[in-house]
Amino acid sequence: MLKLENISYFVMQNGKKKHILRDVNLSFDNGKTYVITGPNGSGKSTLVKIIMGIIQPSSGKVFLDGEDITSLSISERALKGVCYAFQSPVTFKGLKVSDLMNIACGQKNDLSSLCSYLSMVGLCARDYINRPLDDKLSGGELKRIEIAMALARGGKVSIFDEPEAGIDLWSFENLTSIFEALKSTKIIVSHQKKVLQIADEIVLLKAGKVESIGSFEAVSGQIENDRCGRLRGENE
Amino acid sequence: MNEIEKALLQKISGLHKIPSGAFNIRSNGKALKRQSSSDIEILPKEDGSGIDVIVKPNVKNKSVHIPVIITVGGLKDLVYNSFYIGENADVTIIAGCGIHNSTCNTSQHDGIHTFHLAKNSKVKYLESHIGEGEGSGGKILNPVTNIYMAEGSEMEMETIQIEGVTFTVRDTNAELLENAKLVITEKVMTSFSQKAKTNFNVKLLGKNSRAEIVSRSVAKDDSVQEFRSNIIGKNDCFGHVECDGILLGKAKIISVPKIDARSSEASLVHEAAIGKIAGDELVKLMTLGLSAEEAEKVIIQGFLMG
Repeated sequence: MLKLENISYFVMQNGKKKHILRDVNLSFDNGKTYVITGPNGSGKSTLVKIIMGIIQPSSGKVFLDGEDITSLSISERALKGVCYAFQSPVTFKGLKVSDLMNIACGQKNDLSSLCSYLSMVGLCARDYINRPLDDKLSGGELKRIEIAMALARGGKVSIFDEPEAGIDLWSFENLTSIFEALKSTKIIVSHQKKVLQIADEIVLLKAGKVESIGSFEAVSGQIENDRCGRLRGENE
Repeated sequence: MNEIEKALLQKISGLHKIPSGAFNIRSNGKALKRQSSSDIEILPKEDGSGIDVIVKPNVKNKSVHIPVIITVGGLKDLVYNSFYIGENADVTIIAGCGIHNSTCNTSQHDGIHTFHLAKNSKVKYLESHIGEGEGSGGKILNPVTNIYMAEGSEMEMETIQIEGVTFTVRDTNAELLENAKLVITEKVMTSFSQKAKTNFNVKLLGKNSRAEIVSRSVAKDDSVQEFRSNIIGKNDCFGHVECDGILLGKAKIISVPKIDARSSEASLVHEAAIGKIAGDELVKLMTLGLSAEEAEKVIIQGFLMG
């Protein structure tokens, strides 16, 4: 189980504290799917970056299976089974898709198993495995490879920051079926209705605070009423 | 050859044993072993300053090894090698110099290589430079590569210098006639207080001539690198130069890419980027379980070798 205890995060702006997150308390049960949603600037991405260790909270603690991991580095958390798919995938000069996929697996893997992860995200593996992971790939291709890396990584907690962004040509059914097949605890930042619908629980953030937690049916009304946090994908 | 010489030879040329084709091995300022083949003749210059490598016309898929090794301190070696590539020939030339200097006296090798590519010939030229040995003496390598390319000829040059060389000035000069194509990939890594200077001067003289230069450099510690390129387009031609540098520690990289279009039909492009390793690249690899140090190593390895 992943647990966040009194997580707060602020930055200094013009000599004043600007709170991004305030006293967030959340528990994520093993194997369940959680979707974090809310208006722009509500602190969603900051929250998942704190779980991965990319951002250190100003106060509060992060526990994984009862162990306080707040002071652990990104690498240490990764080795304990936390993985993270970036909202904007990172590109590299000189590293190939296969290099990153091998690192994600934690060992050198045979071609067929690497290819299976790429096939899961709708990419013809043979066309991609030896390509450089650079900006010659389209945004959609990079996003799918980013998700494939998270699948290859596996682990206890899989974080996806806006996984639907940039994959317009790929059906949402594929994306949601991938999440449903994953056995890890899934924490997905999303505005998309179809992604929210697969959640066991939705966490609605607003101005850095947890506004509500519940099922799609219980929370969607509140999201609909919030003009800034309107659900995407209604007519898609 | 002793074990140090054998290891050095293997590092710069990939040779585990004496090759079967044409080769010339130079060791500590002298020709150690030389062999011509039926297609490729290697002759000493009359004034003793170096060798002439003559590749007959229409020779295909052959290679020549011309490694140089220096394992003593206090040696200054200057050599002039000329390559005459016959019409329609297609060959690979593997050069390179390794200095193993365990003394406090500087050793230096200045290799001046001049290529004459006849019509429609093709050359792949691989050049690797290494400096090693615990001695405080300098390990200096100053390669000069002059390339004259006739109509329709093609040359692909890969030049690599990975650490250990205390000082280097690397000059490459090329002239391309009609439909000639030149691709150069340079990879340089410096550390400690090493200095590396690179100069590329390329003249695109012929119609449809084309040159692409990619330089990737990593400068660590207090090392300094300087990259200068000058592509002159005098015809309907294309030239592209790309210089990327990664800075670590207090290192410095200076990049001066110049493009000079002297024809309204010339199309010349340069790109240059220098900076630290991008933070998001490190973070991404750390989220995949690598430590910061491991991530840095993977990024540099990929940057230089990918």
